Amino acid sequence: MPIIRFWCVLLLWVPLLVRADAFVFTAIPDQDESHLQQRFGKVADYLAKELGVEVQYIPVKSYAAAITAFRNNQVQLAWFGGLSGVQARRLVPGSEALAQGYEDQFFKSYFIAHKSAALQPSAALPSELKGMTFTFGSKGSTSGRLMPEFYLREHFKAAPEAVFSRVGFSGDHSRTIAQVQAGAYQVGAVNYSVWDSELAAGKIDLSKVQVIWTTPTYPDYQWTVRGDVDQHFGNGFKSKVREALLNMKDPDLLASFPRQSFVPASNADYAPIEATAKAIGLLDE
Amino acid sequence: MKFQPSSARRLNTVCLAMMAAALLALFFVDFQVYPVDPWQELARIGWGLLTPGWADLPSLLNALLQTVAFALLAITVAAPLGLLLALVFDWRPVRLLCASVRSVHELFWGLIFMQLYGISPLTGLLAIMVPFTGVFAKVFAEIFHQQSQQPAQTIASSVGLVKRFSYTLIPQSWPALLSYTRYRFECALRSSAILGFIGLPTLGFHLETAFKQGQYSEAGALLWAFLLLIASIRFWLRRWLIVPYIVAAIWMLPDTVGFQGGGSLWQFVSRDIWPSVLLDGDWEGFRNWLVMMFDSQIWPGLWQTLLLTQVAVVLTGLLVLVAYPMATQVLAGSIMRWPGRFVLLVLRCTPEMVLAYVLLLLLGPSGLPVVFALALHNGGLIAFLVANASDVEYRNRVRRPDDPTGVAFYAYVETPRRFPAMLAFLFYRWEVILRESAIMGILGVATLGFYIDSAFEEIRYERAFLLIIVTAVLNMLVDGVSRRLRSKI
Repeated sequence: MPIIRFWCVLLLWVPLLVRADAFVFTAIPDQDESHLQQRFGKVADYLAKELGVEVQYIPVKSYAAAITAFRNNQVQLAWFGGLSGVQARRLVPGSEALAQGYEDQFFKSYFIAHKSAALQPSAALPSELKGMTFTFGSKGSTSGRLMPEFYLREHFKAAPEAVFSRVGFSGDHSRTIAQVQAGAYQVGAVNYSVWDSELAAGKIDLSKVQVIWTTPTYPDYQWTVRGDVDQHFGNGFKSKVREALLNMKDPDLLASFPRQSFVPASNADYAPIEATAKAIGLLDE
Repeated sequence: MKFQPSSARRLNTVCLAMMAAALLALFFVDFQVYPVDPWQELARIGWGLLTPGWADLPSLLNALLQTVAFALLAITVAAPLGLLLALVFDWRPVRLLCASVRSVHELFWGLIFMQLYGISPLTGLLAIMVPFTGVFAKVFAEIFHQQSQQPAQTIASSVGLVKRFSYTLIPQSWPALLSYTRYRFECALRSSAILGFIGLPTLGFHLETAFKQGQYSEAGALLWAFLLLIASIRFWLRRWLIVPYIVAAIWMLPDTVGFQGGGSLWQFVSRDIWPSVLLDGDWEGFRNWLVMMFDSQIWPGLWQTLLLTQVAVVLTGLLVLVAYPMATQVLAGSIMRWPGRFVLLVLRCTPEMVLAYVLLLLLGPSGLPVVFALALHNGGLIAFLVANASDVEYRNRVRRPDDPTGVAFYAYVETPRRFPAMLAFLFYRWEVILRESAIMGILGVATLGFYIDSAFEEIRYERAFLLIIVTAVLNMLVDGVSRRLRSKI
């Protein structure tokens, strides 16, 4: 009986594996992940209207899962972070960065510290950080991990594990803020835009946690498309996608990312990110 | 009937050895406490739990149903497969295979199957099914082992394995098999919920978001919903409903969006999981790579993992000893056991990640919250199983007029009766603890699981593969040791 059931279940899966011919995208949101389906569903509707094909959105929450879906051709378009975009494009030859957020041209990270660390805001990365406890955001995040680690290594000439008494990965920018605010870690690195919006929302108590250093700017989030979309969806499809993204003006749609608008981007824009990732050993040569 | 010497001495030796090892580990383990200032955040969490709120009820209901659907289907396949493997569990390759599939966390199985099946229901099902089959095989084989072998010996020796089991050992142990499968279903619900983290539409999908974003009322609603789901299993999981449920579950599964089939299986197997130096035939480079991995990740990870698990296992055991009596009929009473049972329910239903986060806020980042989170979760689970076993026996136990009462009864009657089973659970939890330490990266403690997680995040499957092999070997060793220890008990 259990065996029969086993085969029944297996056979019943077969219809689920039948291919669907829609243009599919995913997005790695760095803040406000709630109601993803609802919010990005609207983006899918917009793209469907502009592109004239069926467009679907699948929610993915980890960088690794998003990159895998892109590589498998389960999604053809993805809103990646700087680092995840570089990783994805290395895995899928021919794929291209199409557009970035206006803000992504000069993205930055904040180093934030709990008051017990007794650090003051300064123009240079303070050397007193040595020996403190420190948390990054997600391991695969550009603003929460890659760039902060790069500047730490540049300043201290050592790996973070050697600089700090403990290095954690909070997994998320909001968690970084919450953990530093609660003093669980003395210092943390966070995406500036998440900090700014949490500050505006009144979630941050400046008497407990403050920004002590701002990194130089770097390119971050971008839309990346697979190289073979023209073959599947017709010639010129890629440029239509680019146009549709650049023409997205509805503040309601842009708020999902959240960006004020999208501007053109190219793979070359992310060469500094790739070089940085190689320099700190996150990518192989 | 041969005279059986008392097992107490051997049992004591095993326990003392475990505790001595844990005490020794305490010297090396990193238990620094940092001054923290957590009350604002903890107050928010507490308030969220007290004021659960979810704006969109259908989506909550859908997540609950999806969680059940994945768990049910995975168990439907994994339990019979595990049973088949249990028949040949004496064969070493099967044992090793099962130990290695068990040593990989469901989340990583999810990422591995994504290479083949994309983000699809099949990926989610396989991610639960594969490790669960390994667990079923092991536990079913143990259950068979505990049965009297005499009925099987009365059958002609020419009768095949399947028949032999079908007519003797399986019917003999049927109640135990069923009850374990039922318990495993609860574990599958937890795994199914957790798989939401990589995109399945289960409870974990929303829970992770709510928790990450600090929307504690929503997180509270999800935790309460999950608690209710688990607590009410026996009301809605009826034998005659299982087939309709399975049909409904298949119907419930989400559609696969946009997956073109094929995946990158071949690429994955032939290239991704091997270091490029090896593929180029550069043996010198491969040796350097191995040395680099060993020095920077394997050795430190192994060491941390062993220390933390040893302390966590012993702490779990102590916690069980303290907690289980409060949930039993015989020691706490028919009414007073309910608060105890509720606490155990909360402990075992709260994902370790959430426990770890709260403890991180309280204690600062170190091995301490790791050990406490693991001990609380697993202690809650084992204490629940032990209390259940005690209650089952309570119903059909002959009481003697000279039975002691109170503490003496706990110490001299009830606990000795529960102890062997409790130790067996503890030994099994060792490998669970090993697996779960993978998601403790927020605590800044670099266990083997931490490095596996990093390797997956960095899309360095060759590293993940090597580290998984190391973890699997470690798991096999621990499995072997615990088999040996238990055969002495």
